Amino acid sequence: MSRLVFDAAVAGRGVQAQFTVDDGQTLALLGPNGAGKSTVLGVVAGLVAATSGTVTLGGRDLACVPPHRRQTALLAQDPLLFPHMTAWENVAFGPTARGASRKAARDQAHQLLDDVGVGDLAGHRPHQLSGGQAQRVAVARALAAEPQVLLLDEPMAALDVGVAPALRQMLRTVLAARTVVIVTHDALDALLLADRVVVLDGGHVVEDGPTTDVLTRPRSQFAARIAGLNLVAGEWDDGTVTNPSIVLAGHAAELLPAGSTAAAVFSPGAVNVHLDAPAPACPNTVSATVTDLEPLGDRVRVRTLVGTVTVVAEVRPASVVGLDLGASVVLTVDPDEVAVYDADPR
Amino acid sequence: MFEARVGLPRWLFVPAGLGAAFVLLPLVAMVTRVRWGDFVVLVTSETARDALLLSLRTATTSTTLCIVLGVPMAVVLARTHFPGQAVMRSLVLLPLVIPPVVSGLALLYTFGRKGLLGGTLDMLGIQVAFSTVAVVLAQTFVALPFLVISLEGALRTAGQRYETVAATLGASPAMVFRRVTLPLVRPGLVSGAVLAFARSLGEFGATITFAGSMQGTTATLPIQIYLERVTDPDAAVALSLVLVVVAVAVIGVAGQRRSVI
Repeated sequence: MSRLVFDAAVAGRGVQAQFTVDDGQTLALLGPNGAGKSTVLGVVAGLVAATSGTVTLGGRDLACVPPHRRQTALLAQDPLLFPHMTAWENVAFGPTARGASRKAARDQAHQLLDDVGVGDLAGHRPHQLSGGQAQRVAVARALAAEPQVLLLDEPMAALDVGVAPALRQMLRTVLAARTVVIVTHDALDALLLADRVVVLDGGHVVEDGPTTDVLTRPRSQFAARIAGLNLVAGEWDDGTVTNPSIVLAGHAAELLPAGSTAAAVFSPGAVNVHLDAPAPACPNTVSATVTDLEPLGDRVRVRTLVGTVTVVAEVRPASVVGLDLGASVVLTVDPDEVAVYDADPR
Repeated sequence: MFEARVGLPRWLFVPAGLGAAFVLLPLVAMVTRVRWGDFVVLVTSETARDALLLSLRTATTSTTLCIVLGVPMAVVLARTHFPGQAVMRSLVLLPLVIPPVVSGLALLYTFGRKGLLGGTLDMLGIQVAFSTVAVVLAQTFVALPFLVISLEGALRTAGQRYETVAATLGASPAMVFRRVTLPLVRPGLVSGAVLAFARSLGEFGATITFAGSMQGTTATLPIQIYLERVTDPDAAVALSLVLVVVAVAVIGVAGQRRSVI
């Protein structure tokens, strides 16, 4: 059993978080830069001292356990393969540290290199490997240490866009039955690799739930953003969510008492942009200022500001011809496309 | 790799050439004074052989001592934090800047018969001053900072990221040190050791002050050259050339490494 229970704070970095990763589960740790994600991994690995709280792994309190006895292999953006060892020697490092015989360590290293798809590069030195190959070797090395929990800190962030999908697919296979915490910025990583998602913001957990729940029904701005959704938080009353900047009509998926804090969520594709007022009569009609325009395949992403709320629309290029930054537009959203639910954390 | 395309100011080559000539000309001058006819006889005389062997033996021993003491010193300085560390670093490097003759006096007042530890050593029946042991101590004293400074720089450049990874993979501090830290700084360690060896080989001031100049016991090659400079200038020049050749060989070994200070 290797259940990870994290309930600790690092005062100097403003981090105070609480979450659990069950045995065999993969948890994606999401959050904006500086949210404390890497600090959390550091605390688990024993590289950052918690100022209060406890971290237990498989029932062991990790408080006074030095990093090398924690059984928490850490893999970062940079593969950091030992430059003076070949690929297989790198992978065999963990087994050797554990006291495995030279032959056993070697066999295990070759097996794992095969598993991650770089068995033919076993004799190469790190400087002879591409970024993607090096990261695969680093994954094999981390797995070879047989950690109770594997900590991945944005393992694909430093890779070429073309290489990441294959590595993600490989991770999906090798992480399946392991206890893993993966820090990522990518909704796809979370969807494909993680059973659960924890969103950190400002050092605190703002969301914690099954991946599909968090990404389809986000309750935090950050989760909504990486899920590619618009989120307006406000007060629910009689079919509308009211916020100082915007009033949105929508449909509550569950029974919501009037006056409760609700999240109104809608996809950018559901937002229509009208250059010419007056817009057609529609319940959800708001004035907005264009803050950013960005091409997106056959669509254009229009980022707008409604009062203090950011609303993103994705529309056909033809419908925004001649639109400039700073222009005033009118947005409409079909109430049927607006899902409303309780915004309190699960 | 691109060849540098940005030019240098032309006047720069004049002082650079002067400097190179200043270093090389005295060597050439010395070589012109060597009497090649007697060279083999001069450098294989009994005193010359004794001096050369003593120099090689003591320099090797003191380099070993430098490694045994200097590696832990460099690691502690580079990888730990303690109050007064900056002061400690400066003090440890002191032998680099104080005149060797002063180092010799300091050693004499430490290990000499009437020195700080002399009484204790005397009771144990150990006489350090004016012995081969004193030669090794003098050389180690002056050469140690070269190894420490070179290795500490290499340790700081290497950083601790690989060591951190190794620890999370389950390696104990001892294993991290042996299999990650030391291999990563090997170029720095080798060049530090080469510098320490060269410094030991050339050591004169501290040695003659603390160890004296007895043939076969404390008269190393530089001391022998100094002694024969008046009585037998030809022998002094021949021995000097031997020392230059050894030094050039040492630089050659160090030059093959990447990081020489």
